[in-house]
Amino acid sequence: MSEDNFTAESRPFLLRGVRLKHDLVRKCWVLLAPERFLRLNGISVDILQRCDGSAPLTRIVDELADKYRADRVVVERDVRALLAGLLEKRMLAL
Amino acid sequence: MTNPLPPPSGMLAELTYRCPLSCPYCSNPLEMAGRHAEMSTQEWKRIFSQAAEIGVLHAHLSGGEPASRRDLLELVAHCAQVGLYTNLITSGVGLTKKLFDDLVAAGLDHVQLSIQDAKAESADWIGGYPGGFAKKLEVAQWVAESGLPLTVNAVIHRANISRAAAMVDFAVNLSARRIEIAHAQYYGWALRNRGHLMPTREQSERAYAEVEARRVFYKGRIVIDHVAPDYHAKYPKACMSGWGRLTFNVTPTGKVLPCHAAETIPGLEFWNAREKSLAECWTDSPGFNAYRGTDWMKEPCRSCERKTEDFGGCRCQALALAADPAATDPICSKSPRHHLIGEIAARESSEKVEGFAPRRMAPTKVADEV
Repeated sequence: MSEDNFTAESRPFLLRGVRLKHDLVRKCWVLLAPERFLRLNGISVDILQRCDGSAPLTRIVDELADKYRADRVVVERDVRALLAGLLEKRMLAL
Repeated sequence: MTNPLPPPSGMLAELTYRCPLSCPYCSNPLEMAGRHAEMSTQEWKRIFSQAAEIGVLHAHLSGGEPASRRDLLELVAHCAQVGLYTNLITSGVGLTKKLFDDLVAAGLDHVQLSIQDAKAESADWIGGYPGGFAKKLEVAQWVAESGLPLTVNAVIHRANISRAAAMVDFAVNLSARRIEIAHAQYYGWALRNRGHLMPTREQSERAYAEVEARRVFYKGRIVIDHVAPDYHAKYPKACMSGWGRLTFNVTPTGKVLPCHAAETIPGLEFWNAREKSLAECWTDSPGFNAYRGTDWMKEPCRSCERKTEDFGGCRCQALALAADPAATDPICSKSPRHHLIGEIAARESSEKVEGFAPRRMAPTKVADEV
């Protein structure tokens, strides 16, 4: 699956068995999934915390562009790249 | 060690060696402690709490068959309470729908279900358990209905290798999100039965290519983790992602080990979580520190550019095949003993499939039955 599967109205969410955890030992956020964990940077955490199945992609991008005072095009590219990777790893659905 | 030791991320909890199946490639040791030697519920709970404290993220509840423990539900609930991502590695046999629903409600995160083959008759013969295949289908359906992620695990060897790719199709039909296709690794019972399990090079290469083709075909539908056939490889596997680097095993009696087979290496001292904290066992036990990092390496590993990639391969295999646990894993084409691998593989793939030694626990002594 490629990034093309997303539309502006896609409402991404983490699949069951995939969850965010603030790891007190490593002092960072991690994404826990079957046999995998990913260390997350602050922006990735912000993106994934908004993937609740009700927020459309456009709103997620708007909020983050606003929060980081960043170019919306750049933010959307980053969001799509993260989510496309998780979609392919069967950690996320739309 | 120049760098501080990072926290372990995974713990394989071998709750019991008891198992209704008798797969000839089981990674458990040939000598298995029985029920009376197993740790208590309280001991396991204490260890899981300590694991969470030192940074373990994933708890893999395994065995033997973990459902053989009557306290499985209590242990899963405890793991969830202390924040561990809880994975049940099961044959499916011994689970009931009621127990499964209770495990899910208690916070189980993921199920890893073994299959022995994609064909019922062959699967039940390999596992030595009539009806096991049908039971697994039932359990897979429960998992799918619950919404929990399902991983299917299949060990590939001469009796099922022609269906390696079919097992990927099979897992997709079971709605699995992930499949592990693991070409048999020769330790424990698998080493003992190597002559019955070893495929030919042609079989290995064909199966490997067919499974890889499925990876492209099913992209985005199922994640395929493919463990290459060791004896037909050019470079060794990064065994355990490096000795004592990311994960550890706890045996049913509390021994803390870097891997399933570590105790086959003579002279290594490992500690027991019944007697010492998990943190001490992980950080300070001489057995863990023996092969951590790269300082212990000899040539050709020492000057090899791959040394932090595959960590010299597997210490247990270096012992078993090169009689030296600090040698380069002979699977590596740079090993001076690499020619042995081809000879063993060619010889052992020519024997009969039938006649393997089924995995069994030694008969319980009468004195233990009180």
